[in-house]
Amino acid sequence: MDAELLSQVLFAAIKTGTPLLLIALGEVICEKSGVLNLGQEGMMLMGAVVGFLAAYTSGSVGLGVLGAIIIGMFMSLIFAFLVLHLGANQVATGLALTIFGTGLSAFVGSGVVGQTVQGFQPIVIPLLSDIPFIGHILFTHDLLVYLSFALAALVSYVATKTRIGLVIKAVGENPHAANAIGIKVLRVRYCAVMFGGAMAGLSGAYMSLVYTPMWIENMTSGRGWIALALVVFASWRVGRIMLGAYLFGLASIMHLVLQGMGWNISPNLLAMLPYVATVVVMVIISADHFKEKLLAPRSLGKPFDPRQMA
Amino acid sequence: MKLKSLLLGLGLVAGLSAAHAEDPFKVGFVYVGPVGDHGWSYEHNRGREELEKHFEGKVKTTYVENVAEGADAERVITQLAKSGNDLIFTTSFGYMNPTLKVAKRFPKTTFEHATGYKRAKNLGTYALRTYEGRYVSGVAAGMMTKTNKIGYIGSFPIPEVFRDINSAYMAAKTVNPNVEFKIVWVNSWYDPGKETDAANALMDQGVDVLLQHTDSPAPLIAAEKRGMRAVGQASDMSHFAPNAHIFSVRDDWAPYYIKTTEAVMDGTYKPADFWGGFKDDMLSISSINDNLPADVKAKIQATYDDVRSGKISPFTGPIKNNEGKVVVAKGHTLTDTELAQVNWYVEGITDAIPQ
Repeated sequence: MDAELLSQVLFAAIKTGTPLLLIALGEVICEKSGVLNLGQEGMMLMGAVVGFLAAYTSGSVGLGVLGAIIIGMFMSLIFAFLVLHLGANQVATGLALTIFGTGLSAFVGSGVVGQTVQGFQPIVIPLLSDIPFIGHILFTHDLLVYLSFALAALVSYVATKTRIGLVIKAVGENPHAANAIGIKVLRVRYCAVMFGGAMAGLSGAYMSLVYTPMWIENMTSGRGWIALALVVFASWRVGRIMLGAYLFGLASIMHLVLQGMGWNISPNLLAMLPYVATVVVMVIISADHFKEKLLAPRSLGKPFDPRQMA
Repeated sequence: MKLKSLLLGLGLVAGLSAAHAEDPFKVGFVYVGPVGDHGWSYEHNRGREELEKHFEGKVKTTYVENVAEGADAERVITQLAKSGNDLIFTTSFGYMNPTLKVAKRFPKTTFEHATGYKRAKNLGTYALRTYEGRYVSGVAAGMMTKTNKIGYIGSFPIPEVFRDINSAYMAAKTVNPNVEFKIVWVNSWYDPGKETDAANALMDQGVDVLLQHTDSPAPLIAAEKRGMRAVGQASDMSHFAPNAHIFSVRDDWAPYYIKTTEAVMDGTYKPADFWGGFKDDMLSISSINDNLPADVKAKIQATYDDVRSGKISPFTGPIKNNEGKVVVAKGHTLTDTELAQVNWYVEGITDAIPQ
């Protein structure tokens, strides 16, 4: 494989990993606060369809992104109300949200199937993009990819270095203790869930405005689920989420490129690779002596009722 | 007064039983993708709509979309049979065994499975001669490529896909002896993201015309973005890529759905293996792009006419496989049974058949 093709492959790996990164960044914050939202796929599809509709009718991709973020937040608000206020089961509600989002997005988008929008154009960053090899891979992307770099840095910083990060962590580890010291547990969780929704919406917009600039039913093809696995795989650490997303992107691209180069490997086997890698890593990190390193938020998935003291 | 109401009541009962006697004939459909995929399932659903329109009021249809192949499919097909559908069309290769299983359990219901080969007393099969469309695509691709590299996005390594790759390749060779095929498998019938990745990976490797055996228009959009060319699959995909689009091979299931439903209603139905192509109007060439050179446009039309009339038959020997062995003897044309078992590449395709 020559250098040029290699740089194309790495460039594509980042592009393929970006929707996973975006949605996983939202989910990790949501889970750190102790809420498991399995509705990612549904929110992502709603983000994709609303983002597309907004961009298509207004002619502005910026408005498309905004619309996607808002619908993602709205969907997650429904979820938050059900699980936080009414104490509904998080797993069941999340699954329902995915089913609801899949159906509703198909319905809402039925009028624009087959339409296309201009989508985001690549922005070549001067000077930086001239760096040999790396320049093309990192600095000739579209706005949303750069935004994903910034968001990853921001989420990592907030989660580990700020008071807000500590508060979210406290709420996810032990909501009763957090409540005792005066933290408004439900309010923190609402915010975390809605951040997750915003990111899922954004990730959907990435699919329908950049990746394949069109709306078509079920176009996310399970990426919301992969992102959920990715968060566990990365043991709730942002750096690893980024790495995992790009690795998954790379594995998906390599499987296609190697075939084009005439390697005679079973395509079924190659298509499996990213998933096998995920499973292997999950088995390793969930082995007993690694458990402490797993860092799963202790109250993940458990409802919290402030009136009920532990 | 009493008599009147009694008569009225009788009339109502009679009316009800008359309505019962004229219960619509119920037809169920199972789709592998969403009806909005703009490819395979979209066209099956269009066929269903035409069927309902054709027998207005006499036929009632239902469909279930996005049904995973395997256990899920068996459950869905059983459900359709239980809820009184007289005829059920299952429309993906992977539904073959589940359909057969359910057909045995519901002997009074008629089943029709698309692209399969297992039949029973109440189970027939039907398919499209997609290789005819693929032959025209190959001719167009061979004429349009400047790099002499044509990319082919394959779904699953099964005979139908091998057959079509061979057809396109042999066709391309007739107009451009230097063409080379690059084949990539995405292991999915429908995943717009992955199809885009595959299209880009192929174009990164020098391909400038794309053919696809997957259902979404994503590869066309990817080609449009990079100024390359592509052929639309299953439905008219011209509006997705106004410049890149060469033409689309369109499926049309309506004639078959109407004919079969009629036969089952009349009681003249016999399970068979039906393959429809150009001459049955179940496959057609649509929206040849105006921006193609005049000679290419003319050649596409002429090739279509020749395949339709039978003047060109893609799988007529002598044909050698890519290991140099003669797989179709001189003068022999593959029968449908043989076509269903193609598991080789023709001479000149450098890839090996995936194991």
